[in-house]
Amino acid sequence: MKEQTESVRRKKGHISYAKWGYIFILPFFITFLIFQFIPLCSTIYYSFFEYFRSGLTIIGPKFIGLANYAKIFQTDLPKYFGNTLLLWFVGFVPQIIISVLLAAWFTNLRLNLKCQGFFKTVIYMPNLIMAAAFAMLFFQLFFDNGPVNASLMSMGLIKQPVRFLETVGGTRSLIALMNFLMWFGNTTILLMAAIMGIDTSLYEAAEIDGATSNQMFWRITMPLIKPIMAFVVVTSLIGGLQMFDVPQILTNGQGTPDRTSTTMVMYINNHMYSKNYGVAGAVSTILFIVCAVLCVIVYFCINDEREPRNTREKKAKKEKRRA
Amino acid sequence: MSKNKSTGKKGSMTAARVGCYIVLIILSFLCLFFFYMLLINSSRNNFQIQQGFSVIPGKSFGVNFRNLINNGNIPVVSGIVNSLIVSALSAGLAIYFSTLTAYGIFAYDFKLKKAAFAVILLIMTMPTQISAVGFVTQMDKWGLMDSLIPLFLPSIASPVVVFFMKQYMDSTLPMEIVEAARIDGSGEFHTFNSIVLPVMKPALAVQAIFTFVAAWNNYFIPALLINDAHKKTLPILIAQLRNADFLRFDLGQVYMLINISIIPIIIIYLFLSKYIVRGVALGSVKG
Repeated sequence: MKEQTESVRRKKGHISYAKWGYIFILPFFITFLIFQFIPLCSTIYYSFFEYFRSGLTIIGPKFIGLANYAKIFQTDLPKYFGNTLLLWFVGFVPQIIISVLLAAWFTNLRLNLKCQGFFKTVIYMPNLIMAAAFAMLFFQLFFDNGPVNASLMSMGLIKQPVRFLETVGGTRSLIALMNFLMWFGNTTILLMAAIMGIDTSLYEAAEIDGATSNQMFWRITMPLIKPIMAFVVVTSLIGGLQMFDVPQILTNGQGTPDRTSTTMVMYINNHMYSKNYGVAGAVSTILFIVCAVLCVIVYFCINDEREPRNTREKKAKKEKRRA
Repeated sequence: MSKNKSTGKKGSMTAARVGCYIVLIILSFLCLFFFYMLLINSSRNNFQIQQGFSVIPGKSFGVNFRNLINNGNIPVVSGIVNSLIVSALSAGLAIYFSTLTAYGIFAYDFKLKKAAFAVILLIMTMPTQISAVGFVTQMDKWGLMDSLIPLFLPSIASPVVVFFMKQYMDSTLPMEIVEAARIDGSGEFHTFNSIVLPVMKPALAVQAIFTFVAAWNNYFIPALLINDAHKKTLPILIAQLRNADFLRFDLGQVYMLINISIIPIIIIYLFLSKYIVRGVALGSVKG
């Protein structure tokens, strides 16, 4: 009987493979559930509890409602959130300007730059190196008696060592410089891919009409790479909110001077080390809400990019059929 | 008149080109300078390093390396081994299971297909740090503190890699070969392992490098989970060095440790940069 139905199904060409789809995606979703989703839920759950260790005794978990949130909003959260955004912004602005410029140059056929492969290889390289090691290297080079100061002094450019890591501006600029160096190559390559996806006939038509390079850049390139620019900005912001390794290692977790370079994740990290899971959970939950909004934006960016192409093709097909 | 105009145009073009090259050279210099200094300083001794920069390498590379390896306070050798284990396993698990997941969504029609892919896209950019509190307490409960398992096992669920693989399949994997294999009586897992995976080789290689590097560089979660000196990975050792009283430390060894953490990745990169740069472009929204 079973065999019969099976053969009937096969004849009709209706073997259902659906179960294989579920089997193949199962490991991913189980792992995601165990290592990301359940931990996320318990993180949010702990944020409503008084739960910390003092000495060897564990206090709680005791339900205290929104007290952790009230506490972080009244104390350090606004400051650290501001620090994080500022550190991201100061690194991101030069990054996006330079990246748009480089992407436009690399793809400009009239300019026809040589050695593109070499330059691309070099500018992408810092993206792959260990942020912790990079920060340690910067610390070694820029500390008060470090080689940067020694060289500047022996050249007679300065008399006193510049105390890069003791000033707010110095520390923040170093962090921004590192983030800039680590990410501008990546952004350049993304934007180049976007620019190369633009229909070349648009530029040819503009050239016939006598448009200058500048005009073509502002009137054709910029409007058409807007979607990917949005994607770059939002993903970079998400990356910026996670900023941890660089300021943590550079300032030895202190966020010196006077916690002006302490980021949100450093804040979480500090409470994790003192085993204050309640407060750490509350900070994580706030960060989660912000990131969730940003993730939804990224989702729509990706879908917008994927969908219109399909609908456009469908439209074209329909028109062909009509013709 | 017209001749003048055209030479003027040409002249401005050359000027623009020169400007571009100058900016590119400055940026490349910035990118390379710090690594060059790192290499130079790791070959000089403590005293020479404190004198400031030098363009010429010193002669203490071997000495620094030996001193660091034999340093009883920093378990460098086990650090390298742990980092290699975690990174290699992360890369292997991430690419195999991500391709499997992407293939499940690509090749089969099932009710939750669209929902599953939407979830993957949504969590793709979600930082893992936000669930650290729950993650660490859960690992603590399961007795997995000071274990390498929680450092690589979660990479079975790597949404970014799934997305990349799905994009790659959409553009290069024809369903016809899968159907042909089915007619030949190949089971679904067998088809995946012996036909789909080989087709995906270029994508697998690129993603293997990315996930390897990401795991190699990962600092936040490992630092929270691992206290045992002999389970520590390289980023934790670097942080430990930052924590120590570095002024009394041999700077040659400090640079050497940074060197060990960075240079292997750069060497791999230089060999495969063409594929990696192309991979970055492919992984973007454009697909």
